[in-house]
Amino acid sequence: MAGIKLDTLTKSYGDTQVLHHIDAEIEDGEFVVIVGPSGCGKSTLLRMVAGLESVTSGNVHIGDKRVNDLEPADRDIAMVFQNYALYPHMSVRDNMAYGLKIRKLSKAEIDRRVNEAAEILEIGQYLDRKPRQLSGGQRQRVAMGRAIVRDPQVFLFDEPLSNLDAKLRVQMRLEIRKLQKRLGVTSIFVTHDQVEAMTLGDRLMVLNGGYVEQFGTPIELYERPASIFVAGFIGSPSMNFLSGAANAGQVTLSNGTTIATGSTASGEVLLGVRPEHLKPEENGPFKMTIEMLEHLGGVTLLHGVLDGTDTQIVASLNGITDHQVGDQVSFAAKQSHLHLFDAKSEKRIEE
Amino acid sequence: MLKRVHFPASILPYLLVAPQVIVTLIFFIWPASQAVYQSFLIEDAFGLSTEFVWFENFTYLWDDSHYRSSFGRTIFFSACVAFLSMAFALILAGFADRVIRGSTVYRTLLIWPYAVAPVLAGALFLFMFNPTIGIFPFILEKIGYGWNHYLNGGQAMFLVIIAAAWKQVAYNFLFYLAAMQSIPRSITEAAAIDGAGPIRRFATIIFPLISPTTFFLLVINATYAFFETFGIIHAVTQGGPANSTTTLVYKVYNDGFVGLDLGGSAAQSVILMILVIGMTVIQFRFIEKRVQY
Repeated sequence: MAGIKLDTLTKSYGDTQVLHHIDAEIEDGEFVVIVGPSGCGKSTLLRMVAGLESVTSGNVHIGDKRVNDLEPADRDIAMVFQNYALYPHMSVRDNMAYGLKIRKLSKAEIDRRVNEAAEILEIGQYLDRKPRQLSGGQRQRVAMGRAIVRDPQVFLFDEPLSNLDAKLRVQMRLEIRKLQKRLGVTSIFVTHDQVEAMTLGDRLMVLNGGYVEQFGTPIELYERPASIFVAGFIGSPSMNFLSGAANAGQVTLSNGTTIATGSTASGEVLLGVRPEHLKPEENGPFKMTIEMLEHLGGVTLLHGVLDGTDTQIVASLNGITDHQVGDQVSFAAKQSHLHLFDAKSEKRIEE
Repeated sequence: MLKRVHFPASILPYLLVAPQVIVTLIFFIWPASQAVYQSFLIEDAFGLSTEFVWFENFTYLWDDSHYRSSFGRTIFFSACVAFLSMAFALILAGFADRVIRGSTVYRTLLIWPYAVAPVLAGALFLFMFNPTIGIFPFILEKIGYGWNHYLNGGQAMFLVIIAAAWKQVAYNFLFYLAAMQSIPRSITEAAAIDGAGPIRRFATIIFPLISPTTFFLLVINATYAFFETFGIIHAVTQGGPANSTTTLVYKVYNDGFVGLDLGGSAAQSVILMILVIGMTVIQFRFIEKRVQY
């Protein structure tokens, strides 16, 4: 078991820098999710930890060892790939035993480990099948099995759930979480799905354009997003952003409404408020005209435009409501649920 | 319900396939049937009289020790050519698959030998190995090895094998490289993480996964060595010395056009024809299904 330390890690392809000074310390046994839109460099970062991509500058430490120049085989890691990358010509048993045979373990030990992993993952009855005879979910389990038999210091997951259907994805997500807790192996999980990220990770690293936007627990990211990007990325539906001017503890929106924020900030700001934090209230400061309703059963989403502006705004109300398109509704939000971001730097303004 | 569409009977489809049918008839079926017919005949050297003898030409071949040794020689020759050319191609493709910079140039250069005509390939090796002016005999002389493939049958065989294999390497390389590049990158990466070094990855992952290509090339190369190496042998050794490089195809030519034993030569080509048909059947039956892994 070991932690991972990334020290001013960068990656360039020729003149294009794809990762900028990544610093992170991952505790032993921690489950870290790297999340971001496609092309943000999250897979590249994972592959650098795996040793499949070279490091341009900076250091990667696994445990106490600097592993920059070590082959993937010598880093004591296991990786689960997006397309599972099972060896198609080998049975499930041989797929899982492959790494162990290379490490020259005894036959009995290999059998013991494979059977144990198969039992954990409930793939015992498929051990003699070839990967092509398995369903997507079963292949996923075999890929996991291949990782856990090795008993590595670190698990790396490269979007392992994105090829599964929605229902199976939720199920495997829970299983991965349980398995990781049970085995206590330090894990890095890459995904572009913010729900996956929120539910799986002890901590989340939000990457955008090769920069770390924020690195913290899911609740921290939700409650105190460090930038507009994180605020918009975490949570569904996305946070509403309203432009305005801050002055003396309040923000004046572009339609003239003033909202008390308790912040001492001044100047051009964006006021962020999550759809689920908007509560209907007579004479509330956020007045909108409903343009569209989405009934999801558990919640109802009201889409509309903030009166006097052309800013789109979404509110999420519990249950099924009787609002109609064209209705004018007023909302209020608690002061603690308001987020202020600098309009220029797009960073959070701390109270 | 599917609607059945009926086209009125028309001469057009027959007209459209006619050129292909005519070409096949004139250039394949007719000569082949002539060969079969001729294999039942014995003709005197001056072409003045012919006699219908049924299978006498074949029974003669069956008893002919020259023919049987030529058969064995051809199998040896083909096995060597197929093995050498495929092994070299596999190694080259294995390296080319890993090259990132300049790979296009590397590949293009490796494919060139395929464009060289068999006779020219033979001539190249003939010059390089010429006992009097060749570069290799000169070098071999320095290390105390006498080379003269005009006298030494083993050396002559070695030379035609090398020349024939060299020409085929490019073709095999192309197929092997394509097969390797169709293996998902993540599979070899997974093997690398599992702890397999490059050689082990090649032996346990890449080679098994390209086995359908290997089987395909085996049939193609055997066919090539059996039937398409006439030009090389004719240019390099003319089947000599003392028939030591006379393969079946070369013997057909030699017996028929040099020895003027038309019936015997035709009988040999009928046997070759049966071999080709057999190989083609294997190719279609098994390659279409691909090797199971």
